[in-house]
Amino acid sequence: MSEPNAEQTRQALADIYRSESRRVLATLIRLLGDFDLAEEALHEAFVVAIEQWPREGVPANPRAWLVSAGRFKAIDTVRRRARFDASLESIAREIDQSSPPDEAEDIEDDRLRLIFTCCHPALAPEAQVALTLREVCGLKTEEIAAAFLTTPSTIAQRIVRGKAKIRDTKIPYQVPSIADLPDRIDSVLSVIYLVFNEGYSASSGESVTRSELSLEAIRLGRLLCELLPDPEAVGLLALMLLQESRRAARSTAEGDIVLLEDQDRALWNREQIAEGRALVEQALASRNVGVYTIQAAIAAVHAAAPSAAATDWSRIAALYELLARAEPSPIVELNRAVAVAMRDGPAAGVALIDAILASGDLADYHLAHAARADLCRRQGNSREAQASYQRALDLARQEPERRFLARRLQELG
Amino acid sequence: MKYMLLIYSDENAWTDDEREHCYLESTQLTHDLHAGGHYLGAAPLHPVASATSVRIRGGKRQVTDGPFAETREQLGGYFLVEARDLDEAIGIAARIPGARKGTVEVRPVMELPGLAEA
Repeated sequence: MSEPNAEQTRQALADIYRSESRRVLATLIRLLGDFDLAEEALHEAFVVAIEQWPREGVPANPRAWLVSAGRFKAIDTVRRRARFDASLESIAREIDQSSPPDEAEDIEDDRLRLIFTCCHPALAPEAQVALTLREVCGLKTEEIAAAFLTTPSTIAQRIVRGKAKIRDTKIPYQVPSIADLPDRIDSVLSVIYLVFNEGYSASSGESVTRSELSLEAIRLGRLLCELLPDPEAVGLLALMLLQESRRAARSTAEGDIVLLEDQDRALWNREQIAEGRALVEQALASRNVGVYTIQAAIAAVHAAAPSAAATDWSRIAALYELLARAEPSPIVELNRAVAVAMRDGPAAGVALIDAILASGDLADYHLAHAARADLCRRQGNSREAQASYQRALDLARQEPERRFLARRLQELG
Repeated sequence: MKYMLLIYSDENAWTDDEREHCYLESTQLTHDLHAGGHYLGAAPLHPVASATSVRIRGGKRQVTDGPFAETREQLGGYFLVEARDLDEAIGIAARIPGARKGTVEVRPVMELPGLAEA
């Protein structure tokens, strides 16, 4: 085989690692019944692939090949250990005799099993998030730590403790029964939305967006909607689609932020908007309208507007009021303040934001100061605007946001 | 897998009627669990006022009145059950009447080889 072909195979392998490794892992966990053994097996399967594929070509079904290779490697590993610990021999036999799966449907279910296991309420909430990002999404410990403003060793510890609890208390690797689903769905939804946001607005570094993560969250959301009649799962999917629809418009080719009001709405993804709006209608028709559905309804109002000025700000302010009642939070109050400013003028918004900042809740949140600065700028109050932009710049961590704030400061002279 | 379901509640919060009803309901639950192959054992405990604590320190036996720790809620009884996994154990814990008044703590039981058979 010629060199360019080997190079192509290596490239294909890298692509397959990105697209398939989490699916393969989810299936290996089911087959092997152990997270750590499955991760080791996944790693070894790819080591074999790196050796063989450039020589023999990419197999017809790489996913099934990797599952099978990982399973055999795990049996080897357990057999090797069994020489020192006889009790492991029966485990090796069990794995050996379990039927090797290649049903596509099984493999999709495995991802859902993995999600429900990682989001099990018996696990600490921070362990649920860390495990899902690590195991389901394949994020590195360092990336998770950056997203949650903590150290990699803290995240590593949460993952280790989470896995230990799964193993020691025997948390099952299964999708819960219909009777248990309502109790289990909430934590899954919040974890999926956190994953989406990690992809939509990375916490630090060069790029605003990590599209593959957001698409992953949307995919998880779709899978959940297929399985569950839960209206909030539908609401969450709608919310993610409507936010995702603006991706192409929300930053320049250089990676600079473009605010909603300045976005070229022709760049918005019409297909995602149409699907998102239809899902919002579906979710709103249910009797229990939850926080994801309300946020999706807000996003749908923006999506329907031909321009920022022609947006139905009254409806948006009313929806934020509804949201503040369903789930009181200073961030929701901040968003409501901006909507009120658009409806009643910037002065009304500044007064609301000053009240929020005075309560101390968002004093260190850069977007609160950025929103205040923007409203002061609209009022023509450059001095106040400058002070707030400077404060926001001091607090912002993400490069594109910092560039945006620096640019606004410069414009004010 | 075996799970120990430990029932904690404020033992002073129960009226005599409630306690009597709880015993009846729990007794019925043991029969239901037995029929399903889950039952290994269960019992209510006498109140902590009856507790005695024993320690050996420096080879010397120290016996004192009272529980190991003074807490707002006390261990009032237990179920020892056989369950497929944590979800099944949680399902059983949710059927214990004490869960409606107090808290049931679910703890997997370690298998220690070589223990005497009961």
